[in-house]
Amino acid sequence: MAVELKPRATREAYGDALLALGERHENVVALDADLAGSTKSGKFGAAFPERFFNVGIAEANMMNIAAGLAISGKIAYASTFAVFATGRAFDQVRQSIAQPRLPVRICASHGGLTVGEDGCTHQSVEDIGLMRLLPNMRVVVPADYNQTYAAVLESYELPGPMYIRTGRPNVPFIYGEPPAGLGKGCDVLREGTDISLFACGIMVSRTLEAAEELKKRDISAEVVNVSVLKPIDVDTVAASLTKAGCAVTAEEHSVIGGLGDAVAGVATEYCPARIGRLGIKDTFGKSGQPDQLLEEFQLTARDLVVLAEQVLKSRK
Amino acid sequence: MVAEASSGHPGGSLSATDIVTALYFKVLKHRPDDPKWAGRDRFVLSKGHCAPVLYAALARSGYFPVDDLPNLRKIDCHLQGHPDMHKTPGVEISSGSLGQGLSVSAGLSLGMRLDGLPGHVFTLLGDGESQEGEVWEAAMAAAHYKLTNLTAIVDANGLQIDGFTKDVMNVEPLPDKFAAFGWKTLAIDGHDFGQIIDALEASRSGDGPTAIIARTVKGKGVSFMENNAGWHGKAPSPEETRQALAELQGEQVPGKGEPVGS
Ligand SMILES: Cc1ncc(C[n+]2csc(CCOP(=O)(O)OP(=O)(O)O)c2C)c(N)n1
Ligand SMILES: [Mg+2]
Repeated sequence: MAVELKPRATREAYGDALLALGERHENVVALDADLAGSTKSGKFGAAFPERFFNVGIAEANMMNIAAGLAISGKIAYASTFAVFATGRAFDQVRQSIAQPRLPVRICASHGGLTVGEDGCTHQSVEDIGLMRLLPNMRVVVPADYNQTYAAVLESYELPGPMYIRTGRPNVPFIYGEPPAGLGKGCDVLREGTDISLFACGIMVSRTLEAAEELKKRDISAEVVNVSVLKPIDVDTVAASLTKAGCAVTAEEHSVIGGLGDAVAGVATEYCPARIGRLGIKDTFGKSGQPDQLLEEFQLTARDLVVLAEQVLKSRK
Repeated sequence: MVAEASSGHPGGSLSATDIVTALYFKVLKHRPDDPKWAGRDRFVLSKGHCAPVLYAALARSGYFPVDDLPNLRKIDCHLQGHPDMHKTPGVEISSGSLGQGLSVSAGLSLGMRLDGLPGHVFTLLGDGESQEGEVWEAAMAAAHYKLTNLTAIVDANGLQIDGFTKDVMNVEPLPDKFAAFGWKTLAIDGHDFGQIIDALEASRSGDGPTAIIARTVKGKGVSFMENNAGWHGKAPSPEETRQALAELQGEQVPGKGEPVGS
């Protein structure tokens, strides 16, 4: 089960890890687009004002300034809300960051529906898909504060461009302390034999809850936290799928383009399996409190249990 | 409204309240009982986060019940955090991603001109929003197409989320920039109803688009919110709400018995 620490937002971990990177490495620079308080890049900004560029409300400009800094030998961390980082600046990210394989880390906060009351304009349900589509782009969706902290620290050492998605709400801890790194980004958190549950981001804690509930119903579920969605760890995903023969994926993102598609891709190529995809059903979000939205869009542990049972039944 | 929702954007709603009030209750030709009336003027809230002031004006105009207002941002209410043209009567375009409204307005103006419609398009932008490059692409296009039926009003309150606009990314001098892009440009006090109404009416004619740079105070009318970036997107506590409403109720809106920005 999730570790007993007071839940914290993954964006907080971004702010803290970025600050730590700034202290360790002179060539770390950061950029924001008038959301430094929300994305938490402002912590770095306060400590290293000469290496922090708040370019104002100009996301496209920010991405290409980041590209220029990266060409100059800097490791550039660029943040804004996920919806603007990926949507507003897509062509800049494509042409000037992904294609030239520049070390820009797009660290986008406010992924998914749990943005809450701001509503659909600010809830990004397609950012993972957009970033997965880009050649060279590494796509990371950490599950809790500690994993986010590790992902950001490790990002300094890794080559090429990267997208790291964080969130607004506090989420339970999955990891008791920051791991040394994400490794291949596919952690089996709980072993099981009847069905594999693959989850990312805020859905990981819900998936652990669902596995507990399934156990009460005599179903042995394996829980896999997929934090690196691209390149996905084919071996671990395929091994789990082969063992159980069926799976459910869970993500705070459209069922198109995200974790569900990534896992289904592995299944199709290596080990065909029946897969249910829990996610946002090709629709935009709306205003409401985060928990109400997760209920309405059917992203709760209960919904996961129902879908898992449907998948198991359909195999018989 | 914002207090009831426990979230939302009071600062930029209050800086724009006098402008939006002048529009809905003096300047716009519109029919609240027939929101799609072809002869209407259009109001576009490009800085969509200031939905509260738009919703208040629409409700007080009669587009939907004033009783809906406390349900702002709640899960089953049509009043979304940012305006949605398919959910709320009277909302002309959906907005919330900054920097896009002036382009959509230019398209509306072109469409109305093609259809021979008499209406005028009034678009409200933020000064921080004017950092988006698309605003200037739209400005170039509107002047190029000589969109006389388009007025851009910039709520120049000098603040954005991360601080003063001049410190984050200076956008001034806005009047000179619009003038250089070929717009007729007016600079006014955005809290003086006489100046607001005169400028809006004057902007209906000419041989191209008009920009009105309205100098305003973010959080206007609430002493502890005024000119303070901290009140961009934060809801007041119950005690702060009482004080804010008391201060606002001291200011009467011309032609109306009660203030609009509740
Ligand atoms: C494209 C885009 N980037 C960022 C945001 C987040 N955001 C909402 S309001 C705001 C500041 C707006 O400042 P300004 O335009 O001056 O508005 P006002 O001061 O009138 O509230 C920002 C950055 C957004 N809504 N859209
Ligand atoms: Mg402003």
